[in-house]
Amino acid sequence: MNLLKITDLQTHFVFHDIDNYRREARALNKVNLNLNRGEIVGIVGETGAGKSLTAQSICGLLRPPAKVVGGSVLFLGKELLSLAEEDLNDIRGAEIGMVVQNPKSSLDPLTRIGDQLVRIHQTHTASAISVARSKAIAMMHAVGIPDPEKRFSAWPHELSGGMAQRVLIAMALMNEPKLLIADEPTTGLDVTVQAQILELLKDLVRRFEMGTIIITHDLGIVAHYCDKVAVMFAGEIVEYGTVTDIFRRPGHPYTKQLLASTPEKLKLNEAGSLGGQPPDLFNLPEGCLSQDRCSLASDQCRTPPPVITLETGQTVRCHFALQ
Amino acid sequence: MRQPILRAKNLVKRFSVGRSSSYVNAVNGVDLTIHRGEILGMVGESGSGKSTIGRTLLRLTDPTEGLIEFDGRDITSLSAKELRPLRKDMQMVFQDPWSALNPRMKIGDLIAEPLRIHLKLSEPDLRDRTELLAKKVRLSTEFLNRTPSALSGGQLQRVCIARAIATNPKLIILDEPTSSLDLSVRAGILELLMELREETQAGFLFISHDLGTIKLISDTIAVLYLGRIVELVPKEALFNEPAHPYSQSLLSAHLPADLDAPIQRLILEGEIPSPIDLPSGCSFHTRCPAAVDVCKTATPQPELIAQNHHVSCLRLKDGGNILSRQQA
Repeated sequence: MNLLKITDLQTHFVFHDIDNYRREARALNKVNLNLNRGEIVGIVGETGAGKSLTAQSICGLLRPPAKVVGGSVLFLGKELLSLAEEDLNDIRGAEIGMVVQNPKSSLDPLTRIGDQLVRIHQTHTASAISVARSKAIAMMHAVGIPDPEKRFSAWPHELSGGMAQRVLIAMALMNEPKLLIADEPTTGLDVTVQAQILELLKDLVRRFEMGTIIITHDLGIVAHYCDKVAVMFAGEIVEYGTVTDIFRRPGHPYTKQLLASTPEKLKLNEAGSLGGQPPDLFNLPEGCLSQDRCSLASDQCRTPPPVITLETGQTVRCHFALQ
Repeated sequence: MRQPILRAKNLVKRFSVGRSSSYVNAVNGVDLTIHRGEILGMVGESGSGKSTIGRTLLRLTDPTEGLIEFDGRDITSLSAKELRPLRKDMQMVFQDPWSALNPRMKIGDLIAEPLRIHLKLSEPDLRDRTELLAKKVRLSTEFLNRTPSALSGGQLQRVCIARAIATNPKLIILDEPTSSLDLSVRAGILELLMELREETQAGFLFISHDLGTIKLISDTIAVLYLGRIVELVPKEALFNEPAHPYSQSLLSAHLPADLDAPIQRLILEGEIPSPIDLPSGCSFHTRCPAAVDVCKTATPQPELIAQNHHVSCLRLKDGGNILSRQQA
């Protein structure tokens, strides 16, 4: 059984104008993704591609006007989308851990960090405070916070960005989750600190055999820390497969474009810069969503492209995947 | 030899903190020269003083100590009024194009603004120049009548670049101009900058925390740590044989989006210390795997180790500056 199985997940932003005219932004369009234990999947894409929205939809963290309008999210065989809020609360923070961007604004500024760790443990288990406390200290140690006994009573404002991110990771891991979702876990951190955090995450994923989703716009992180990668464009996964396959032989024109615009591959002074806007989510084109930005686009692309599985096992959502 | 356009000597900038007598030591003795037609890349982590240097060089903030020479003229203590005629020759592009542009002005007026201020042009000439500039930065002229809200981040950054090059400046300082942009948009901006470098022969200072971008665009690179240049080096030499222990660990922490790039992990301990309490001696000694006792007391001076390759490290003498994997 897959740890996580997402099928045709659709999330829309639904707005009502003054005259009650309904407008919908189709932000996630039939996202499919499977994840196994011990696997690290990277989700990449540009701003607005739906990366974070996918994570929030999985965890039931959407706020209006965002709304899941279709599909299924099976976590260990359980349908998350139809769970009541209380049942979701039992899973979030326990079996599913989440690390978000902006660690400093994600910690409660009025609670000492040790107490925040204890709280998340006691919310989900009946353990005594002394047990929770030693667990918290052990976890702080595991994420590389020096002198955890002393730091236990530190306030969030006393922490640097890197330390705050370690505390968030410790919180996500307090109840030994089976699934970890890290949304831009190192964006905003310096590269030397980013290296520390990523090494730590990789080590912990292996140790706890967690299935992990890393959401990032940094293809460097994907290349060196993920097993698989899902490339998103306009709320769709346009390509999914192992990092090696996709970096060596990208199948989707957009993936090719994305890889070619990394500083490593970018050839300056060569004809034609990339560009173009992501499509308007209120008014998506018929057929392939990336047709306006694709050099291969033809009449055929006005019909929805099939999802084609290549020999390597990578899946590509494109009419021309086999050519 | 290329003509130097900007020279800084022993640049120091301290900001006082509140009412106390402590200071943020943002820039601590920086020497650098920018030549025309050259892109000097400046890389460092947050708090390393990159942006302060950029702003101080243009006298947007005043240096605490040191000398700034622009086009052969000492501008360190010129008044704002005396600086004004020079402003058309020195321009800046900022990180966040959304906040750099007046949201109520039309794009055409935004691009024409520097022309209006510095050059006395007739209205038809002004319109022609504005359209020409828009074309030069590959911005559709149909945007000229729109306001910034109608444009994407990449397009807005093109507007900022058009403003910066409007008066044919001799020096352009770009402070993280691509950091807030998506990868594919970033690529277009970098291509544009390379083109403009050839065309304008201005000197460029390109500030970024992203080694990939710096590697792509710079001729020479200054590696900054806590307000000091620890290594000033031609691009190839930095990526082939970084000499300062900090440069080596910075490079090893960089993750190229390339499966074949060798990754040698030299992971530093800890984080950049506070610029309020600078470490004594070499400011990198608290995190440096190669640090020895003398590093805690003596301040390293830049030494020339190869052509145009300056390194400030006390361990150059005994070769201890080259880190091995085990050390970190």
